[in-house]
Amino acid sequence: MKATPLNQIHRQLGARMVDFGGWDMPVQYSGVIAEHLAVRSAAGLFDVSHMGEIEVSGPQALEFLQYAMTNDVSALVDGQIQYTAMCYETGGVVDDLTLYRFAADHYLLCVNASNSDKDFAWLQGLQKRANYHDLSLINRSDDYAQLALQGPVAADILSKLTTTNLAEIKFYHFVEGEVAGIETIISRTGYTGEDGFELYCPAQDGVKLWQQLMAAGQSFGLDPIGLGARDTLRLEKGYALYGHEITAEIMPLEARLAWITKLKKGDFVGRDAMLKAKEAGLPRKQIALALTASGVPREGYPIFCDDKEVGYVTSGTMSPSLKKGIALALVDIAAADSNQPLKIGIRKHQILAERTALPFVK
Amino acid sequence: MDFPEELKYTEEHEWVLVEGDIATIGITDFAQDQLGDIVFVELPEVGDSFEAGQTFGVVESVKAVSDVYAPVSGEVVEINEELPDEPEALNNSPYDAGWILKIKLSDPSALGGLMDVATYQEFVEKD
Repeated sequence: MKATPLNQIHRQLGARMVDFGGWDMPVQYSGVIAEHLAVRSAAGLFDVSHMGEIEVSGPQALEFLQYAMTNDVSALVDGQIQYTAMCYETGGVVDDLTLYRFAADHYLLCVNASNSDKDFAWLQGLQKRANYHDLSLINRSDDYAQLALQGPVAADILSKLTTTNLAEIKFYHFVEGEVAGIETIISRTGYTGEDGFELYCPAQDGVKLWQQLMAAGQSFGLDPIGLGARDTLRLEKGYALYGHEITAEIMPLEARLAWITKLKKGDFVGRDAMLKAKEAGLPRKQIALALTASGVPREGYPIFCDDKEVGYVTSGTMSPSLKKGIALALVDIAAADSNQPLKIGIRKHQILAERTALPFVK
Repeated sequence: MDFPEELKYTEEHEWVLVEGDIATIGITDFAQDQLGDIVFVELPEVGDSFEAGQTFGVVESVKAVSDVYAPVSGEVVEINEELPDEPEALNNSPYDAGWILKIKLSDPSALGGLMDVATYQEFVEKD
């Protein structure tokens, strides 16, 4: 199993470790609910060094990324970040990612851990097929440690360790600066819906960065957070997770990701299939559901409308903030758009679920 | 981890307290620790009957769904009605406030499959 540079730290903290897509990762330290609430009320520190990083540079970088990605990469300025996806010709998703623009000819892609090798091979293949010669692709996944500092007091904690003016870093922007004397990409992004930062540093400095942040955060109530709470935090905000809301068989347009799918920007991989599907009418779409009785919706549970199975839960949990069952579900378009009551099949019960606006938790 | 001496234990990490022909059943400290924060409990109804080894209910943590198996055969005579509203009692007090149900044993002599505390402790360490 692969291990991040922080592996020993997690063990020393008594984390419960799990195999997460081939990575030995902490799923919880003190407990999922306590960790979740710590991030909502104060701050949490996540080791997300398993995430992959791919560097794209060269004169054709922008043109290539514009062709590979669903979002409009040309809209970015230096120091800006974009949430985007790359798709197959079928319109299904290869991966969703954040794209960092350092310069017009220099980008860094942050991709899902379990997809990073697949993504890199996909981009290399695309480069070859589409004849982009003036372009360099480097898999930098092993070079970086990445920590996410998330929560309402994240900026207060980080400001103790850096002279960088954090107030000047807007949401989805980044700067390169020193944190605790370590060269770091300071990115105002995250997967929790709270204010916060994702910090990229050289892999060998990951432990020091973690320790310095934990020390600086002690008086602010900073806690280490595992993958369990990472999932409940993102789900309360309705954020997609690859392999669940989006897969090779689900188009971004079906998964509430039309906002990152710029069909009018010009040609990109998957666009033809998406236009065709859109013209024919998308057969299904993602909806958000909240249970009206106690119970926990789980991935794969069926959705019923009028006793007919019309879809399934892509992600579900007990929301620690709301203390009720919440789910994202992929549902036949007719049932999704109707006013008919929807029910989630939980073992032998069918429990009424209300269509809900996202985010579940404001 | 706490495993009271007076209880019997199963390989499914349940505890059983036998008093006359009534068995009180719950999950062990080890089980609750493994599950993590418990957020939902599904219980049978009073009057339901189970054979030893049959699933009688479900305990869910944030991350996982876990069946609970009847450690003995018999009829449910009482359930812990507080549990559905306070599933965290299974974490905080697995042997006391977190008891799950009481079964009237169909055969009080048939408790052979249950472990004493020393055997269970050994079992947990190997697990």
